Amino acid sequence: MQYKASFCLLTFGQFLTTGLEFIAVIALFHRFGSIQGWSLSQVALLYGIVGSSFAVADATCRGFDKFSDIVKRGDFDRYLLRPYSTALQVASYEVQLLRIGRLLQAGIVLIWAVWHLNLNIWDIALVGMMLVGTTCTFAGLLILSATLTFYTVNTPEIVNALTYGGVETASFPLSIYPGWLIILFTWVVPLAFSGYYPVKSMIKSGHLNYLSYVMPLGGILFLVLSLVIWSIGEKHYASTGS
Amino acid sequence: MTPQIEVENLRKTFRIAEPTHGTLGAIKGLVSRKYRTHNALNGISFSLQKGELVGYIGPNGAGKSTTVKILSGILVPESGRCKVMGLVPWEDRKKYVRKIGVVFGQRTQLWWDLPVMESFELLKNIYSIPSHAFKVRMDEMIHLMEIEPLLGTPVRQLSLGQRMRCDLVASLLHNPEILFLDEPTIGLDALSKQSLRNFVLRINRDNGVTVILTTHDMDDIEALCQRVIVIGGGCILSDGTLTQLRKRVAQEKWMIVELQESVDFPLPEGSRLLRNEGKQYWIEFDPDVLPVTEIISCIASRTTLVDILIQDPPIEEIIAHIYREIPNVSQ
Repeated sequence: MQYKASFCLLTFGQFLTTGLEFIAVIALFHRFGSIQGWSLSQVALLYGIVGSSFAVADATCRGFDKFSDIVKRGDFDRYLLRPYSTALQVASYEVQLLRIGRLLQAGIVLIWAVWHLNLNIWDIALVGMMLVGTTCTFAGLLILSATLTFYTVNTPEIVNALTYGGVETASFPLSIYPGWLIILFTWVVPLAFSGYYPVKSMIKSGHLNYLSYVMPLGGILFLVLSLVIWSIGEKHYASTGS
Repeated sequence: MTPQIEVENLRKTFRIAEPTHGTLGAIKGLVSRKYRTHNALNGISFSLQKGELVGYIGPNGAGKSTTVKILSGILVPESGRCKVMGLVPWEDRKKYVRKIGVVFGQRTQLWWDLPVMESFELLKNIYSIPSHAFKVRMDEMIHLMEIEPLLGTPVRQLSLGQRMRCDLVASLLHNPEILFLDEPTIGLDALSKQSLRNFVLRINRDNGVTVILTTHDMDDIEALCQRVIVIGGGCILSDGTLTQLRKRVAQEKWMIVELQESVDFPLPEGSRLLRNEGKQYWIEFDPDVLPVTEIISCIASRTTLVDILIQDPPIEEIIAHIYREIPNVSQ
C-alpha cells in the first residue's frame, strides 16, 4: 500500500467501469420491462452474487493468473522447496486489493436486490451459500487455467474466455442463451449450480426446495477437483535450466 | 549402516519443442509441433552415508542440476528409485524439505526486496523454528559468515558474494540434515570462495551435515570433497576419491624444468613436451615406465638445469580428460 492516491483512483475506476455496466442493464430494463419474465431486482440479485464472488476469487487467487510468469522466472522451484502446499503459496503471491472497487459495486447491487425482493432469513442464508459456491467455482477455474502452465508454459487465452466470459454469462438468467452455452456453464463449469438455478427456484417457484441448498456445493466440489488436478499437474513441472 | 541417500537407476527426459522459423513457421507450430527428447539422466545410481561431503561434477548440461532438483523434490523422475532419509522427495515433499537445505548459486532463495534480516525472520516462521533455537543459530552463523553489517540491507542491493553468504545462512536456519549446493561459488572472488569453503567444511565437520556440491571450480573439489562423482551425458562416469580419480585417468606426472637457455633437446621414449614458455618446459611422463633420472640426464647433456619441479597434473586436466571421453548419448 505504498501509493495511496493511485490505489484510491484505480479502485474508484473499477467501481465506475463495472457500475456503468450495470447502469446499461438498468437502461435495458427501463426499455423492455423484463427479460424472459425476470424483473430488474431478480436479475440484480444474480448479478450481485456473481460479481462479488468473482471479485473475491480474483483478489485472492491473483497468483494463479500470473502463474506462467512465476514459472518462467523459475520462482516455482522456491515454492517447491518450502514445506507448504504450493497452491496456498501461489494464492498468497499477491492479494489484489484493487478488486475492492468491483466488490463494492457488486455488493451494493446485491444488497439493493436483497432489500427490494424482501428476502427472508432462509433466502439470505441461501444467498450466502451461493456466494461461497460461486467464489469456489471461479477460484477453481483460475487454478485449472494455471495448471495448464505445467504442460504448455503459456496459459491459452481460451481459459480466460471461461473465467471472464463466465462472469458476464452467469450474471444474467441462463435461459436467454443458446443451448450449448447453458450446457457449458452448467455441466463443464458449474457456475449455474450456485447462481442461476438456486435464484430461479427462490424467486420463481416462490418456495424453496432442499435441492437449492445442495446445488452450491457443486462449486466447492469443483474447487476440490481443481486442486486435485493441480497436484497431478505439479508432478509434470519441468523447471528451467540453470 | 543404511545409507542416508539411496539413488537407483534414476532417469529423466525432457521434451523440447523444435524451434520454428519465420511467421509461417510460427503458424505451423500452432497446429503441429515437432518435439525431440533430451535424456537428462540415463540411469543414475549412487548412495551416500550421513556426514559425507561429495562433489558432483560434470560439464554443462550433464545432468547435475537435474539430479539436485530431483533429490530436493522439485522434479519428478521418469523412473528409478530414490530414498533419502527414508522418504521419497517428490512424494513426501512437505515433510522432506524441512530436513534439507538448498542453495542455487544462480538464483537467490531470499526475498528480493526485503532486508536480509526480514528474510531470515520469514524463514523462521515458514519452518516454525523456535525463537531460542533461531537466536542461537543466528548468532553462530552471523559470526561465522560475517554478515552482521548486511542484515539491514535489501537483498537486491547485496553484491554476489554477500548474497551468497546470506543464501547459505538462510538454507541452514532450520538445521537441515542434508545441504545441496548447486554451483555455490560461481562468479565469486577468491576471498568469498575461501570463506564459503571454510564455512561449508565447518558445517559438515562440526554439525555432521551431509553436503552435495556441484561445481565447475576444481579448487572447490580439492579443498572440500573426500569423494567425487563425475557425471556426463546423463551417466555416472566415475565415483571415488580424488586420488582414485587421478589414477583412473592417468599415471602420468608433470615435470616442470627451467633451463639456463632455451634449446632443443631430445626426450626419451615415454615422455613428451606439453608446453614451452621461454626457458620453462612442461614435460609429461609416466614414472612407472621412465625413471626421472633418465629425463634429467637427457636434458643435462645439452644445457644446465636451473630449477626442477615434479607434480601431479592439475585436476582440471584430469577432469577435462574424462569429459573428452564422454560418449554423446544425449541425443
